[in-house]
Amino acid sequence: MKRTNLSIGKLFLLTALVMLLLGLIFGVLSTISYLVPDFLKDTLGFTTLRPLHVSSAVFWIILGATGCVYCCLQFYTDKELSNFADLTQWVLWIIALAGIFNSYFTKSFGGREYWEFNPIWALPITIAWIIFLVNFVKISKKIKDWPVYIWMWLTGIIFFLFTFIENYLWIFSYFREHFVTDMTIQWKVNGSLVGSWNQILYGTAFFLMDKFENNKHVGRSKLAFGMFFLGLFNLMFNWGHHIYTLPTEQYIRYVGYIVSMTEWIFFVRILYTWKQTVSDVQKHYHYFPYRFIIAADIWVFINMGQAILMSIPAINLYTHGTHITVSHAMGTTIGINSMIIFAACFEFFDFKRETSKIVTNLSTLSFWFLQFSLLIFWLSLIMAGIKKSIWQMSENQSSYSKMMVSLTPYFTTFFVAGLGLLISFTILAIVLIKTYWKNRFIIHLK
Amino acid sequence: MKPIHLFFSLCFLFLIYTLSIYLTPLTVAKMSTIDSEKAVSGRIVWQKYNCQSCHQLYGLGGYLGPDLTNVVSNPKKGERMIKQILKYGVKQMPCYNMPNDDYKCLIEFLKSVDASGLADPRKYTISKTGMINQK
Ligand code: HEC
Ligand code: HEM
Repeated sequence: MKRTNLSIGKLFLLTALVMLLLGLIFGVLSTISYLVPDFLKDTLGFTTLRPLHVSSAVFWIILGATGCVYCCLQFYTDKELSNFADLTQWVLWIIALAGIFNSYFTKSFGGREYWEFNPIWALPITIAWIIFLVNFVKISKKIKDWPVYIWMWLTGIIFFLFTFIENYLWIFSYFREHFVTDMTIQWKVNGSLVGSWNQILYGTAFFLMDKFENNKHVGRSKLAFGMFFLGLFNLMFNWGHHIYTLPTEQYIRYVGYIVSMTEWIFFVRILYTWKQTVSDVQKHYHYFPYRFIIAADIWVFINMGQAILMSIPAINLYTHGTHITVSHAMGTTIGINSMIIFAACFEFFDFKRETSKIVTNLSTLSFWFLQFSLLIFWLSLIMAGIKKSIWQMSENQSSYSKMMVSLTPYFTTFFVAGLGLLISFTILAIVLIKTYWKNRFIIHLK
Repeated sequence: MKPIHLFFSLCFLFLIYTLSIYLTPLTVAKMSTIDSEKAVSGRIVWQKYNCQSCHQLYGLGGYLGPDLTNVVSNPKKGERMIKQILKYGVKQMPCYNMPNDDYKCLIEFLKSVDASGLADPRKYTISKTGMINQK
């Protein structure tokens, strides 16, 4: 039998792509509920569709991040990474996914926002993650003089585990007894979980940049380490910006505010290196993985600008509880996280061996269609958010339902742009899966 | 300073910060008007029926339906209206035929949320530092 090159990393990336496709379909279906209130109301309804969408999207990112780390680590070891423990990790994920989807379809909820499934299914995820940590430590121990991305992966993996467990403290009634503390912990968790997968994916982006440029400087520079620690500092302490209106302890709100403002440093740095970025783009545009990294960079810039403004309490008062928050959540998970995972997939599935001109052109077209759809998608949510914000602040409010009906044009635009995302992402995902299939027997030697 | 030292120092600070948050429930007095046992179960009822997929509390949650933080004390809404809405549903919201126990706990939970503060953004003032505070 001919041996294939299916490594554990690729297995995770392929699984993640399936979650992406499911997530997109559920996303479009949940948006129909906005436009047609009775849509599937007596069966799935928004109650089930939203969790299906959000969980699939989050799993696309987490599984994608896992795949990225494994694929990158393969460059540090001669041995095949796939062993019994890795496979157990993957099987545990499959068990969890099956349980979670079943939990949603049978409406057996019980969890919280983003994790609405029956909490029992958090168990296989936790065990899978512990296996991931052990595997990671075993491999990275052998690497000398760690570049910054190994640090980023390690902290991402550790903090994800810590926060994911913290995510279930509400099971103990001690924590539920005081509603405000309970909410504080819930949003501490949500903030840090996102920070953790960002560490893993930004680490992947650093790794890819090092690889593209054929140099080992990016990952070992003082600046890179400075940025890593600033990111970690924010992961730990900036989450207070989610809960400015919650009557929690004053110091928590100030810590969130002050720490969030250190993100201006990232922002200014991007501005500062803008010229360099533009010349790099011109040099490497033809190379697909690089193109996705650049797209992620631009979305970092846009989303970070928005996020820092929203972290100022006086502005947050207006944006909080509106679709501006949704635009931020999806703007970052699609624009930044998804672009980095796509860059990694194009790199590790060896897209450059794909010579067919039609496929290359189709991919370029889908790439641009994706960026354009995302921009419209993001703007329509912001517009809907601004209108709701004006309504929230006005002294003689019309009824909630009247306000929502007046947002229909924005939600329609949102729906159409969402279809654009569905189409472009689907084409790119199919190209990737086909590329994987075509190259499955090519085994690289180190 | 070596990266590893900085890393552990930050982790240490993080753990202290985390612990201080975990201990806050010990320092707050319970509200006498609320059956806290029921409210604690009511939180679970809220999750069991997934009200959070459409509703927010303090602006956090799903965005299809309205914020429910202060719905109980709203003179135009209140408990009676909640009962009606749960029974018949409205717009995208399905009807819920929940057992009476669940209903009672849910109401007690919503009461405890309501008593904790105001979520209406019009009820805030902005200070010079840019921080916001409840009026
Ligand atoms: C599928 C989405 C959805 C779910 C799930 C849902 N609701 Fe609703 N709910 C709505 C919408 C939409 C409205 C507002 C309808 C309108 O006035 O336009 C609403 C209105 C309400 C109102 C009236 C609020 C007001 O200010 O007028 C209450 C109270 C309420 N829901 C309670 C609940 C509770 C309790 C649950 C969980 C058992 C729940 N809802 C689950 C969508 C939902
Ligand atoms: C890679 C693609 C996508 C990712 C990673 C993603 C991620 C997310 C996340 C994280 C949320 C939670 C937001 C929050 O609570 O603030 C969300 C909500 C949502 N998404 Fe997406 N999304 C994607 C694509 C889409 C598409 C194509 C549509 C369809 C138009 C869509 C429609 C929605 C809707 C309707 C909500 C719920 C908003 C609400 O609560 O009212 N998403 N998505």
